[in-house]
Amino acid sequence: MPKFETVEVQTDLLICGGGMAACGAAIEAAHWAKKHGLKVTVVDKAAMDRSGAVAMGLSAINQYVGLKDGQNTMEDYVGYVRNDLMGVTREDLVASIARHVDGSVHLFEKWGLPIWQDGEGGYVHEGRWQLMINGESYKILVSETAKNALGIDNIYERVFITEPIMDDDKIAGAVGFSVRENKFYIFKAKAVMVAMGGAVHVFKPRSVGEGLGRSWYPPFNSGASTYFSLKAGCEMTCQEVRFIPVRFKDAYGPVGAWILLFKSRATNALGENYMQTNAEELQKWGSYGKVKPVPANLRNWLMMLDVAEGKGPIYMQTAEAIKNIAEATEDPKERKKKLKELENEAWEDFLDMTISQALLWAATNTAPEEKPSEIAACEPYFIGSHSGASGAWVSGPADLQNEASKNDYFWGYTNMATVPGVFCVGDASGASSHKFSSGSFTEGRIAAKAALKYAMDHPEEPQVDMAAVDAMREKILAPLDKFEQFKDASTDPDINPNYLRPKMAMFRLQKIMDEYAGGVSTNFTTSKPNLEKGLELLGMLKEDLENLAAEDLHELLRCWENVHRTWQAEVHIRTMLFREETRWPGYYFRSDCPEMNEDDWKVFVNSRWNPETGEWEMTKKPIHRIFE
Amino acid sequence: MPSYVIPEKCDGCKALDKTACQYICPNDLMTLDKEKMKAFNLEPDMCWECYSCVKICPTQAIEVRGYADFMPMGATVSPMRSTDSIMWTVKFRNGMLKRFKFPIRTTPEGQADPTGGFSFDGDINDEFLFGEPECIGTDLFTLGG
Repeated sequence: MPKFETVEVQTDLLICGGGMAACGAAIEAAHWAKKHGLKVTVVDKAAMDRSGAVAMGLSAINQYVGLKDGQNTMEDYVGYVRNDLMGVTREDLVASIARHVDGSVHLFEKWGLPIWQDGEGGYVHEGRWQLMINGESYKILVSETAKNALGIDNIYERVFITEPIMDDDKIAGAVGFSVRENKFYIFKAKAVMVAMGGAVHVFKPRSVGEGLGRSWYPPFNSGASTYFSLKAGCEMTCQEVRFIPVRFKDAYGPVGAWILLFKSRATNALGENYMQTNAEELQKWGSYGKVKPVPANLRNWLMMLDVAEGKGPIYMQTAEAIKNIAEATEDPKERKKKLKELENEAWEDFLDMTISQALLWAATNTAPEEKPSEIAACEPYFIGSHSGASGAWVSGPADLQNEASKNDYFWGYTNMATVPGVFCVGDASGASSHKFSSGSFTEGRIAAKAALKYAMDHPEEPQVDMAAVDAMREKILAPLDKFEQFKDASTDPDINPNYLRPKMAMFRLQKIMDEYAGGVSTNFTTSKPNLEKGLELLGMLKEDLENLAAEDLHELLRCWENVHRTWQAEVHIRTMLFREETRWPGYYFRSDCPEMNEDDWKVFVNSRWNPETGEWEMTKKPIHRIFE
Repeated sequence: MPSYVIPEKCDGCKALDKTACQYICPNDLMTLDKEKMKAFNLEPDMCWECYSCVKICPTQAIEVRGYADFMPMGATVSPMRSTDSIMWTVKFRNGMLKRFKFPIRTTPEGQADPTGGFSFDGDINDEFLFGEPECIGTDLFTLGG
């Protein structure tokens, strides 16, 4: 094996990740650290300017509650999230983010983010909770602010966090390696923030060749948050609640502006609005089928029913929507101006956040004012933001509990997981959906303050067992050895009986998940026998991951990303297996338990991998209603 | 393929302290071939087509050819990013051209002030985040009591 230098870094708070949540954490932490003489360190596997889910930019901020204008109340917002997740949400956590999020958005504006103005001193709303932005440089602005606040000496880029370091039952830091030079990093910390995003490419994508990289959520969200939390012994929640967005087909461009701002209809090939023609189906899903807006997964479901009946392709009726808006303007000159404006807005929506979709429009000679564009359900993703909910089970704030909730939802430090010193934010924290970019950033801020408070309350340096760290080092770097040792056993380094290369490990994982755990090719449908078979095959894959081989540091990164994905897959299968009902039919359908069961399953399903025994523990946790 | 490098235009960023595309790629794809002093996309089927490399390249040597497994040939989308705006040129398969220009920020590059100019007097033991309640514009919500 090539020689690796070991670098040790001692800090009070280690922020793992560099996306929106991590940047929020860094900016907030910088203030409190300076005030109290503490050290904060950020470690990102990429370059912060373009890392995380907002790397490309965004065309909207999807969480702005607007509390200062009095148009919405906290009850309105919490009620909206509760219904969208079919009743399964932590109201304390949702409110915790919502009460701070407007302040974050106002800060973004001061930092230089152009937010569309309505000309009367207000923001242009895409929908009730959504604001339109010129967001090409959204992430650059936030990263720049984080760097200005924290100082670049406290930021490590291109270092991939691989494993947690434990001091008995509490966190002591994390280890990882540089993807640029032969360096192994040991970060010792009193508190660790898990902000490493969600998980993509656990399921087989729809694309078959080059387009594999064109997932809706970015392919570099590789399950590190879930893996890290599980290995530290944290209790997880909502690991069955994968997210499947409906987006423009193939390039996965955003539909929000079309539906909310341009009031476009989505129809089947016969021109029927499936939300109307399939409305009867909503009655099967209890009170959640009766609310407006219809929960995201039920909207998916009504569309999927049409697809299953062969009524596709499904179209976003862009031309009709633009015609309707234009016709509302009577003056021909004004109408022409309006049409130009709409064309700009429609293209910017893609160019700001999904450039491939603009490329696909150009490649298919599609002008949205002339013809409709296809939409489709993406493959499943794991994210704690949007309408997903998977993540760690974390403490809520003391002042947002009621008598019933405080025993179950509060244990001292906001956003701390069940393992002391581990804080989870953004896509890494569960049951607090609809945080999007602004809410994830805000959750990072909330948790950063709490984590530094924790570090002040627990000033003793963590005890790190260096023998255990050495063993981790050996295991983490082993794929490089494996390749060197066996590469000459065949004339083609890709085909070798002694090892598994990470890309094939990923394909094997994706095939298992797709076929047994409700992926695209099985119409998002699964069952107990399928899940059990999937688990059996996953067990063998996990064994084979011991034989991963890496030719270089880039491939070593890919090896560990796929180990992380596999753990995300396992906790997902186990949780779907445990919940014997179908609650989110447009996310997955249990064919053997096809109905929602409010009596037995209106609960959180929590999961934990026990680091001492290696056994999985599945539990039900109560849902407390805090807001009317 | 997604992002690809035009050999005549790429100089390997030899005048800079680091290769720009390699520095910025969120998925660790852009790589410098040190013998040829040319960059390349190491794993095109893991490319998100985020255009970060295209936007940052100092010699405009990087372009994107749409995913060949679902995109018809012949279209291009090309950005020109300045300090306060971005200009896009969209060329359709049928040759039609469209140009768009959008603002990207309202402050000078590098100057984002973390405080946002909001005053603050909070304490580590309370619920206020930096800049609150002024930056929220109203009182911080609580269940009361």
